[in-house]
Amino acid sequence: MAKLKDLVNKPEILSPGHRLCAGCGASIAVRQILSASDDPVVVACATGCLEVATTIYPYTSWRSPFIHNAFENVAATISGVETMYQSLKKQGKIDKEIKFIAFGGDGGTYDIGLQSLSGALERGHNFVYVCYDNEAYMNTGIQRSSATPRGAWTTTTPVGEVIPGKTQYRKDLTRIIAAHNIPYAAQASIWRWSDLIDKAHKAFYTKGPAFLNVLSPCHRGWRFPLEDTIKISKLAVQTNFWPLYEVENGKYKLNYKPKERLPITEWMKPQGRYKHLLTPENESIVEEIQQEIDNNWERLLVLSGEK
Amino acid sequence: MSIKTAAVTGNEAASYALRQINPDVVAAYPITPQTELVQSFSEYVADGLVDTELITVESEHSAMSACVGAAAAGGRVMTATSANGLALMFEILFIAASNKLPIVMPVVNRALSGPINIHCDHGDTMAARDAGWIQIYSENAQEVYDNLIQAIRIAENMKVRLPVMVMFDGFIISHGIERVDYLDDATVRNFIGTYQPNHPLLDIDKPLTFGPLDLYDYYFEHKRQQAEDIKNSKPIILDVAREFKEISAREYGLFESYHLDDAETAIVVLSSAAGTAKAVVDELRDRGRKVGLLKPRVFRPFPYIEIAQALSHLKAIAILDRSVSFGSFGGPLFTEIRSAMVEFKKIPENFNIIFGLGGRDINEQDITGIYNQLDEVVKSGKVKERVQYLGVRD
Ligand SMILES: Cc1ncc(C[n+]2csc(CCOP(=O)(O)OP(=O)(O)O)c2C)c(N)n1
Ligand code: SF4
Ligand SMILES: [Mg+2]
Repeated sequence: MAKLKDLVNKPEILSPGHRLCAGCGASIAVRQILSASDDPVVVACATGCLEVATTIYPYTSWRSPFIHNAFENVAATISGVETMYQSLKKQGKIDKEIKFIAFGGDGGTYDIGLQSLSGALERGHNFVYVCYDNEAYMNTGIQRSSATPRGAWTTTTPVGEVIPGKTQYRKDLTRIIAAHNIPYAAQASIWRWSDLIDKAHKAFYTKGPAFLNVLSPCHRGWRFPLEDTIKISKLAVQTNFWPLYEVENGKYKLNYKPKERLPITEWMKPQGRYKHLLTPENESIVEEIQQEIDNNWERLLVLSGEK
Repeated sequence: MSIKTAAVTGNEAASYALRQINPDVVAAYPITPQTELVQSFSEYVADGLVDTELITVESEHSAMSACVGAAAAGGRVMTATSANGLALMFEILFIAASNKLPIVMPVVNRALSGPINIHCDHGDTMAARDAGWIQIYSENAQEVYDNLIQAIRIAENMKVRLPVMVMFDGFIISHGIERVDYLDDATVRNFIGTYQPNHPLLDIDKPLTFGPLDLYDYYFEHKRQQAEDIKNSKPIILDVAREFKEISAREYGLFESYHLDDAETAIVVLSSAAGTAKAVVDELRDRGRKVGLLKPRVFRPFPYIEIAQALSHLKAIAILDRSVSFGSFGGPLFTEIRSAMVEFKKIPENFNIIFGLGGRDINEQDITGIYNQLDEVVKSGKVKERVQYLGVRD
């Protein structure tokens, strides 16, 4: 397990002074994950909040080599970088041990970049892919993605007279990735930092592709006070909205079981994006969402041999 | 130095060049009429005849994206495509050029959808003419081979560092069997030299950020530099051609002139149709007619002054485009050359012929007809129709 004392002494790759919002979940996720490699890393990033806020020319927040190509192709891009590394290594032109990591938002991963990611996973490149999932297109102003949960307000699923926010459930990306039968896939939270860092370490030191899906609260898009990022992350796990689990060589393992599952309204209440749901007229929608969460949890218990 | 003569398709000649170039990484996706090129190169990889790591991507978008990653990492990178594949790469073509990545890509010209059509025209690469890539068109399989080898030197020149597309006509050249004189492996490897990385991403001791957000305070300067870099590639392209002549005895320039000096009329046309036109020029010259031909080789950077100068003494010219630029005055070659000719006082009479879309054949009679029309223009001093479509049913 990662020790806080060791971690604070590690040099930071994402340096302070970047222009992500104060309290942004994404930067916390990135720092925790990058602290888990004992070797130098090359970072690739899809277009999105993380990329635009850390690379405003002529400045950069990245102390490691960094490449941004476009929105939908970070997996293909890192696969090119990693393949060049393998080629030069085989030819004896490079000998250093280097790790390769790609970051994409939920838009860049669940939606527009899914093909690129699926291809890179199937080809078996030796890299870590991290989806920092803030459940919408934040960089362009909070539009819905296929990771936006049912019922949530976004600027393209506004709460209108007849439609109360997003009508569809979110895509279960972690299971889709696990179905690629890659050696390691996990879901994690910045609240359980030591679980996340352990998972990141495993991901870095797995041979072949590894995937982490990290819920990364965005107070701008989710409408909560910026100091509550970790509190919100915790509620996501304790309501079973965002279960922590890993799939290692096909074997599911649950990493955290709340002593008592909190009702989904506890997750919704502090977030302005759900405000309209917590009214008597929309009670049935909340009930359906609760049912969906409970069903997913039951299935996860079975998959991970807990039931 | 030894020369091996082979009877091969254009695709095989391209693949043979790729083997000799021995890129560190190739990322490619099959599409007719390029497919055979990728298949043949895959065999070289499977037989261990190259050091190349081949990334068999799931799309052309990923092919170009992986090429950008691999080239930024710091090594020699190639891919190949056609038509819809090139269109799918479109977004990333600009990113490759703006990152100054010396990727070399054969493009087998094919008509763009829709409707879907697998045969030759130049609509695909003409649509990509402003992407920031150097573009070189080839007439036949020998030129495909020669241009690819030269392209590596041009792209990797430290004063250029830009991606290069080498074009050849789908089916006509990609699948037609022709004689090609191959240089031996050692000569080619010696000519292209070892790859010199420029700020490689894999240099972990000197971390660099590629592809930053670049707003109104610097973007324009960077685009201005890019415009300068591609312009400055012109003398380098000529230097490389001169050196290539030393190892091959074959001559290349920015364009090729065929019986142009004493000609009164001429046709300007790219790629394989220039081969057909040369045969017509020979025939008409035998009958005492003063006809000539100009075949542009380098389309980007466009050698506008050089071409306009070479045409300036003529009485009339026909500029042939194997692509249509919807809503513009004429085809891309026509508008470039007509605007370049403004630099000279006396402008030859001129007209534009759009031909061969979707693989429609152009034959010797068609070309003879164009020379006849040029004679009429000279006689009457009048152009009947400025932009014409050849051999199309109304
Ligand atoms: C091909 C393409 N389409 C659209 C965009 C506009 N765009 C840039 S970032 C973005 C959303 C990013 O969302 P996500 O991946 O979730 O990252 P976040 O900003 O939320 O961190 C969009 C739509 C683009 N850059 N490229
Ligand atoms: S908008 Fe959200 S995701 Fe983007 S920087 Fe701010 S908090 Fe982070
Ligand atoms: Mg997002």
